[in-house]
Amino acid sequence: MSINSKAAPVSFRNVTKVYGSDVVAVDDINLEIEEGKLVTLLGPSGCGKTTTLRMIAGLEMATRGSIHIGDRDVTLLPATDRDVSMVFQSYALFPHMSVMENVSYGLGFSGFDKSETKDRAMQGLDLVGLTGYGDRLPSELSGGQQQRVAVARALVLEPQVLLFDEPLSNLDAKLRRQVREEIREIQQNLGLTVVYVTHDQEEALAVSDEIVVMRNAGIAQIGSPRDLYDAPADRFVADFIGEANIIPCQITSLSGETATIDISGFSHSLPARGLPVGPAALAVRPTRLKLDATTGMAMHVRKATYVGSRMEYTLEADFGEVFAVSENVDTPLDVNAAITVGLDHTGPVLLPADQAV
Amino acid sequence: MRTLTSAQTTQPVLIFWIIAGWVGFVLLPWYGVEDFFAFEWLVDGYPFDDDYAPAAFLIGQGQKLWLAPMLIGLALPLLALGRPKTDPAYAKLLILAGTIGFGWLILQGFAIGIRGWNFEWAKALFGDLGDRQFGMGYGALICASAFLFLFTQGIAARGAINGDVFVVSAIGGVIVIVTAFVFFPIAKMLTAAFITEDGGYSAGVFASKFFDDRLWGLGCLSGGRCGVAWNSLFLAVLVGLITTVLGLIFALVVTRSGFRYKRALRALTVLPIITPPFVIGLALILLFGLSGSVTVFISDVFGIQPTRWLYGLPGVLIAQTLAFTPIAFLVLIGVVEGVSPSMEEAAQTLRASKWQVFKTVSLPLMRPGLANAFLLGFIESMADFGNPLVLGGNYDVLSTEIFFAIVGAQYDQGKAAVLAMVLLCFTLGAFYAQRFWLGKKSYTTVSGKGDSGVHPHMPRALSLPVLALALIWAGFTVVVYAMIFYGSVVELWGVNNTLTFKHYVTAFSFRFEDSGIRWSGAAWDSFWTTLKIAAIAAPLTACVGLITAYLLTRQTFAGKNAFEFGTMLSFAIPGTVIGVSYILAFNVPPIEITGTGIILVVSFIFRNMPVGVRAGIASMSQLDKSLDESSLTLGANSWQTFRRIILPLLRPAILAALVYSFVRAMTAISAVIFLVSAEYDMATSYIIGRVENNDYGLAIAYSTTLIFVMLSVVALMQFVVGRTEIGRRMTQSRTNV
Repeated sequence: MSINSKAAPVSFRNVTKVYGSDVVAVDDINLEIEEGKLVTLLGPSGCGKTTTLRMIAGLEMATRGSIHIGDRDVTLLPATDRDVSMVFQSYALFPHMSVMENVSYGLGFSGFDKSETKDRAMQGLDLVGLTGYGDRLPSELSGGQQQRVAVARALVLEPQVLLFDEPLSNLDAKLRRQVREEIREIQQNLGLTVVYVTHDQEEALAVSDEIVVMRNAGIAQIGSPRDLYDAPADRFVADFIGEANIIPCQITSLSGETATIDISGFSHSLPARGLPVGPAALAVRPTRLKLDATTGMAMHVRKATYVGSRMEYTLEADFGEVFAVSENVDTPLDVNAAITVGLDHTGPVLLPADQAV
Repeated sequence: MRTLTSAQTTQPVLIFWIIAGWVGFVLLPWYGVEDFFAFEWLVDGYPFDDDYAPAAFLIGQGQKLWLAPMLIGLALPLLALGRPKTDPAYAKLLILAGTIGFGWLILQGFAIGIRGWNFEWAKALFGDLGDRQFGMGYGALICASAFLFLFTQGIAARGAINGDVFVVSAIGGVIVIVTAFVFFPIAKMLTAAFITEDGGYSAGVFASKFFDDRLWGLGCLSGGRCGVAWNSLFLAVLVGLITTVLGLIFALVVTRSGFRYKRALRALTVLPIITPPFVIGLALILLFGLSGSVTVFISDVFGIQPTRWLYGLPGVLIAQTLAFTPIAFLVLIGVVEGVSPSMEEAAQTLRASKWQVFKTVSLPLMRPGLANAFLLGFIESMADFGNPLVLGGNYDVLSTEIFFAIVGAQYDQGKAAVLAMVLLCFTLGAFYAQRFWLGKKSYTTVSGKGDSGVHPHMPRALSLPVLALALIWAGFTVVVYAMIFYGSVVELWGVNNTLTFKHYVTAFSFRFEDSGIRWSGAAWDSFWTTLKIAAIAAPLTACVGLITAYLLTRQTFAGKNAFEFGTMLSFAIPGTVIGVSYILAFNVPPIEITGTGIILVVSFIFRNMPVGVRAGIASMSQLDKSLDESSLTLGANSWQTFRRIILPLLRPAILAALVYSFVRAMTAISAVIFLVSAEYDMATSYIIGRVENNDYGLAIAYSTTLIFVMLSVVALMQFVVGRTEIGRRMTQSRTNV
């Protein structure tokens, strides 16, 4: 006997959640989460991501629409009856119970007998590397260890879906990287369906199979980390996942899938992404600007900041300010120097113009 | 894989309540039995004797046939057995059964009175009944509970509160008991105000009693006497003002001065909890009464004729101020500490002097707290019964007037009801003002963590007079309490000042005899009764209070605001009003419990429930909600979560609520004095009785004993609670959540 996965897909169909009479927290979203995948809900605070997560757990009930886990409609089931476990931001370890009692807690309600409960709890602790900590109280553990107990407590129930609500936000920066890798490893080894809420885009990019970017109670874009970073659907996603400069431009001609654009006289070719000839916007990551190009946009350096591993520049062009990063720290550009800034071949993407203004 | 509770076909809770219903109907005596727990009724003709028969046997013998329809309510749930909860018929059956059963039980309870039908039209319709209602007993109680909880299970199955049986049942239970023991008696009292001498209803009777000159007269403006309503109001406003000022002074000394003995000052806050309310009045008599030490001393030295100045407004005012200042102090410590130091520090960095900071920042931020303290003092003074009774003299106030309307020679229930209504209006008005005017207006930010910083000390010009006043008042309080103890060991105050333990011996002597200890002292009876009643009431109070607090902090449901208002309402109902309304409501069937210990227990539960609720709310809001949620997502239902997570974490709060309600039950007087009987006499009413007979020595000795008993109970609690907190488990709750 060992801890397995009973992973199941989750599906949201036209789900709306209204608090009180008029506060819409989640507005008519459709979402399919495949089994065995780690899906992140990402967005600024108040975008509805935590509400979405709590609706999967059954801690909030959908106002309209239906939620399915596996092949079952769970829309009306309370948390107790759903086969879902959750790791809370605060860990929510029961302070009056030992680590062992905490991990066994849910097993007691799931019809396991005593010895089985004990075995499973032990395995759970093994899995998170806390063998031998069973008799301690949560208060006697470090933050990272508490976090792992919370994970073990959720894992031993072999839930159809495992939920994480900003699990790393109470850890210090170094520990975060380690714990998030451990979570990812366990998820992949056991093939769990995991839904993970965070507002940290780097964390989301690092752990996810798929990211759901949310904005104003709705879904802005769904895609793999690379999709979102390299091909954001709109300015919001471009700006939220990593930093992006939005540069107004003009599509002058189209040939097949390739568009030729014009930025104040500088001409560049890149995938058209279905946009028509006319005004558009170009999203460029700060790292994708070539500061030593021969052809490009005319700019001059407003600010130059040395941050150790790289130089950060604020550049001024006739269409506005641009933020750029350069690996070259040994021969930095001078403030007020006039430079020509080019574009990398991969990286910059076209966005519809209306959102760029 | 988790088993779905909603799809189960065996419901243990349902089975339990079905069985309970049948047990109540078939096995337990339906009507009230005296000394139920002596179980004499078992061998005394049960189950066929009319007095002890269960409902089923009564019907079987052709009596009380009107109980029969309840069988429908008991039979219907049997059909629900074996059905899953999701089956719509399940919910319908249970709701129907509960409604029929409970509804019919209430209906027959009120339709049939002591003289047969209660309503003329029923008599006209069905003819004379030839039988009467008796007070309902345990059979009816269990049956009613079964119907209620069958009903709540039905509601839950229909999807209320996510189908949570425990929460729906808890809400239903609290609503029913609060309705039965708070709203019903009050409503009964209100109608009593309209009843004429021959039993009819008339608004004229009410008006004549309400507009009585004794109530609203303004004679004192022209040298005569004012109405009792004005007296009460005037006294309450004065007490509110003075206690607030003194409370603020103490709070400032404790939190914002370099005074070294702050801890000793804080100990003052324990005093009102352990002191029976009228004891202060007794001590004042020993000091300033006709033969009081101070009076005698002054008349000896200055040759001033002793007067009875103490008896009247001055005495009551001093006594209440002494008694209630610690309460204002307790409230204001929180308020003064709650003003965020960073605000004051910010003001200081903006070049305000200490005095300017205090005047422009600290004091305005405390304003809502000050108003709150004032209202508390106001309500306490209005509700106080013991001190006006002991010291009032000719200065009549509402609470004593009510007492004499019921107990005195005039015996006028209607008048008592009218007076009680006026009193209730005053306190409810204050309560309403407090909730809706102040409730949302608190500036204090008690968030637990966040603000570092130190409260600046008071400016010197303020701190010296404040400290002086605080010390004088604290000294006075100490003298008063010392007098209580001294008075208890003096032969006869002011006449024969030899020291003696005579009073203690009279009250608490005991002998060892062959048959064991013989409690021969005069006070033992009431002492044991008090202990017993308080010990029964305390856990029930804590239980009701905590469940209510749980519902208020952890659950959302329709009508929650009304629910909260209803449960906190009894806080604003003075004890005298409770006493009067209980006499009026529970002297007659269907709930006939006057003269029993039950009515005392019940009155304590609902008098002290708000205390339990507040304690519960305070400590539950310290527990992060994610603990409950995490337990729910791990598969526990809300009852299991309540039992295994919330209750263990609330252990100190539970203990505090227990001890507090125990102690309050021992010191209460205002409601108790209406409800005691020869068999169930309580310590406080016994003492008042001694005072009325001018037997001060015994009264004070008894009071002193009570104070020490309660002091040790409170100390024991602090010891135990302190230990739990330092001990292994409790510290965590603060660091982790």
